[in-house]
Amino acid sequence: MSYDVLIAGGGNAALCAAICAARGGARVLVAEAAPKAMRGGNTRHTRNCRVAHDEGNGILTGPYPVDEYLDDLMRVTKGNTDTELAELTLQRSKEIWDFLEAQGVRFQPSLGGTLSLGRTNAFFLGGGRSMLNALYRMAEDLGVAIRYDTRVAAIEVEDGFFLGATLEAEWDGDHPRSERIEARAFVAASGGFEANLDWLEEGWGPAARNFLIRGTPYNTGGVLRLMLDAGADRVGEADQCHAVAVDGRAPKFDGGIVTRLDCVPFGIVVNAQGQRFYDEGEDFWPKRYAIWGRLVAAQPDQIGHVIIDAKSADLFMPSVFPPEIDDDLDGLAGKIGVAPDTLRKTVDDFNAACRPGTFDHTIHDDCRTEGLDPPKSHWARPIETPPFRAYTLRPGITFTYMGVRVNRDARVLFDGTASPNVFAAGEIMAGNVLGQGYLAGIGMTIGTVFGRIAGETAARAISNREPAS
Amino acid sequence: MTRVDLPSLATASQSEVARQMQVCNACRYCEGLCAVFPAMERRRVFTEGDVDYLANLCHNCGACHYDCQYAPPHPFAVNVPQAMAELREESYARFAWPQALGPVFARNGVWIALVSALAVAGFILGFALLADPGALTASGDFYAVMPHDAMVAVFAPVFLFSLLALALSLRRFWRTADDAHPVPVTLAALWQAMREAAALRYFDGGGMGCMSQSERPDRHRRTFHHLTFYGFLLCFASTSSGTLMHYLLDWPAPYPWWAPPKLLGVPGGLGLVIGAAGLIWYDWRRDPALLPERRTGMGAAFTWTLLALGATGLALYWLRETPAMGVLLAVHLGVVFAFFVTMPYGKFVHGLYRFAALVRHAHEGRAHDVQEAEAPTEGRVRT
Ligand SMILES: Cc1cc2nc3c(=O)[nH]c(=O)nc-3n(C[C@H](O)[C@H](O)[C@H](O)COP(=O)(O)OP(=O)(O)OC[C@H]3O[C@@H](n4cnc5c(N)ncnc54)[C@H](O)[C@@H]3O)c2cc1C
Ligand code: SF4
Ligand code: SF4
Repeated sequence: MSYDVLIAGGGNAALCAAICAARGGARVLVAEAAPKAMRGGNTRHTRNCRVAHDEGNGILTGPYPVDEYLDDLMRVTKGNTDTELAELTLQRSKEIWDFLEAQGVRFQPSLGGTLSLGRTNAFFLGGGRSMLNALYRMAEDLGVAIRYDTRVAAIEVEDGFFLGATLEAEWDGDHPRSERIEARAFVAASGGFEANLDWLEEGWGPAARNFLIRGTPYNTGGVLRLMLDAGADRVGEADQCHAVAVDGRAPKFDGGIVTRLDCVPFGIVVNAQGQRFYDEGEDFWPKRYAIWGRLVAAQPDQIGHVIIDAKSADLFMPSVFPPEIDDDLDGLAGKIGVAPDTLRKTVDDFNAACRPGTFDHTIHDDCRTEGLDPPKSHWARPIETPPFRAYTLRPGITFTYMGVRVNRDARVLFDGTASPNVFAAGEIMAGNVLGQGYLAGIGMTIGTVFGRIAGETAARAISNREPAS
Repeated sequence: MTRVDLPSLATASQSEVARQMQVCNACRYCEGLCAVFPAMERRRVFTEGDVDYLANLCHNCGACHYDCQYAPPHPFAVNVPQAMAELREESYARFAWPQALGPVFARNGVWIALVSALAVAGFILGFALLADPGALTASGDFYAVMPHDAMVAVFAPVFLFSLLALALSLRRFWRTADDAHPVPVTLAALWQAMREAAALRYFDGGGMGCMSQSERPDRHRRTFHHLTFYGFLLCFASTSSGTLMHYLLDWPAPYPWWAPPKLLGVPGGLGLVIGAAGLIWYDWRRDPALLPERRTGMGAAFTWTLLALGATGLALYWLRETPAMGVLLAVHLGVVFAFFVTMPYGKFVHGLYRFAALVRHAHEGRAHDVQEAEAPTEGRVRT
């Protein structure tokens, strides 16, 4: 069987590409490595998409001009971005709302506890899986063939020209079935390699074994590896990843959004030896939570424990797992496996260093420590009101940055030259725009913008029709 | 932190709902789908009263199952519609008055409905056969088959008992929820709940439609529910108008086609038949993942009874001048009797509890300043 466009992956980028290629008249095959029930990669776990817009629309609470978006991007990436592609992405992010709505995706106001994103980010009604369901329905209605449980296991690329690929159905079982598929264009939209612990270990050393993967276990980077081996140009380094501190009891994969913990600024964080290691009150949590993944990754056994007392118990978003609770610190230390004497000394030292102040978690308040190393700059209140609670932290990997280089047509570059028929969209090329850092909701923006471009350009590339202006 | 209040959670279904709500409270992606999620977000502890309330606030539209990234085979195994349906069915039996009857009906509801309908129909037929067999076939006159006073003597006590049982069950439901979070009943909340119930506002997956067979939403299930509900109201109004005309205007049946009992009854009967048939079809095609693991059959008994009510009523309307009249009347009255008997112990109560839950939700929504996501609907005009 032969197709016009073969798409590797089944998340947002893949589906946007599939829909646009099908609308462009192409016969499209989507190969999704996951079974149907788990389809959609990390897109399943998303909740919003950051879109530029010149005015609010009743759901988005105010304007978010392209220039402001660009400033934000420059700030978080520290300029580590391809400016041409960044401007293209943000400019075209203006079309995302209407595009997704036309595919049946619905939006809702920002969720409880995320008001700060109400102006900039379009939240999907029902979350990312609902959004995906709409895209899949549309793709099916447009005649896109979708194969689940089927991975792209090999690709044939000659001097940057795609000839065909080997698909492996039921690859996860005992009897995988291989099939060679010819197609006139190939779109790589298979996400990053964050679920590939061996690959993470190359960048991070043995500590990577203790990382939790927040998203899908299917993003093992197989296609990325195939593309790099075929000579595609690379962006980013293997040790670059977005890592946050998540609940240590989360499952190894797919814990998703619920395993995040927002309690760090309200207490102290100690490592397995009962020692503090960073300023917990440095800044507001949304601005800091992305550094705690790395901080915890650098600790022995890649573990940390947040200790709070009863005063702070209900000040943050509810956690999915209940904390360890005890009326005295020694008991709590036992429950989390930290030596009671050290924990007590750490807490006593901290309590003694807390200066009196007026606690207010909505501002940079004046509750801070004095003469303590590391200090706690804000929201420092003595931990003295039982019962005491402990939450265990581990590094949780959201995604990796390393990918393939593309141009503004989403064509993959081989030795600096754009391929005639190999395209990439989504996480696998996000590093072109997001060289480092993170801006909430930009992952879906990059995937949607480049998925659309890849699908449209691929459909045009395989026919003689004049490109639409 | 959200807490599951174990000691207060008496049953497995309650703890399962509490467990899932704890996941949802950390996630909140479904906030815009219906009333359940904003109501859940107002709580940090989930007790018996809370979960019973939330379960009855759920309209079982199915959307949050297909939208959930933690649905099985994910190890968190979140399936809110299923867990809620299971707890709802169980709670119907728990709140039933007298308590002893709840479980009996929950287990044997279908048979009780069927047997009582047949028994009463048989009784009326036998009665008429003994008294005056000719009345069954010839006259077109209901009261020749069963005199009006006899009808009242049989049906009034059952109906009044059922009303009492319903009122006491409702009170029990309200009090359990009050134990967790007491709220007064205000006119404003009643009015809002009436509007939401009349429109089935939360029966549409946040604007996309119900998902009962797959992740493809559709709006017809809600249409069929509307037909059933308003059909039932019309039938009720028809019967009430007949009673009023009988006693106040001294104008006994039969009535001409333009009299209120007929004008209300015929469209009502049609609505019941089409609506109930549609709901039965949806129920039959429902994705097994959404069904409670322990099904009682009470839901099916209820829709089939409604279908039979409408169908026998209409048949009586069209065939009353034919020899089939007597048998049809007996069967119709048998179904009415079965409906009254099972009312307080079957799926009928879902309307009451859900309405009470909406009142509670309306009040909480007003009292607390939690911003509720307004569900965007298809074709929404953006300003
Ligand atoms: C918990 C969590 C929350 C997030 N929240 C947000 C958010 O709110 N907003 C936002 O913008 N971003 C968010 N992100 C980031 C976002 O998920 C990604 O940026 C986005 O999903 C990337 O889309 P994609 O289509 O490129 O990849 P994915 O959605 O990950 O899809 C990759 C697909 O490729 C498939 N695949 C992998 N290998 C193969 C192969 N060899 N053959 C065939 N198929 C293969 C996978 O099965 C999967 O379907 C979040 C990430 C996580 C982990
Ligand atoms: S049903 Fe699933 S997606 Fe929806 S709020 Fe609950 S956990 Fe989140
Ligand atoms: S009404 Fe629908 S969306 Fe709401 S809890 Fe019930 S099944 Fe889920």
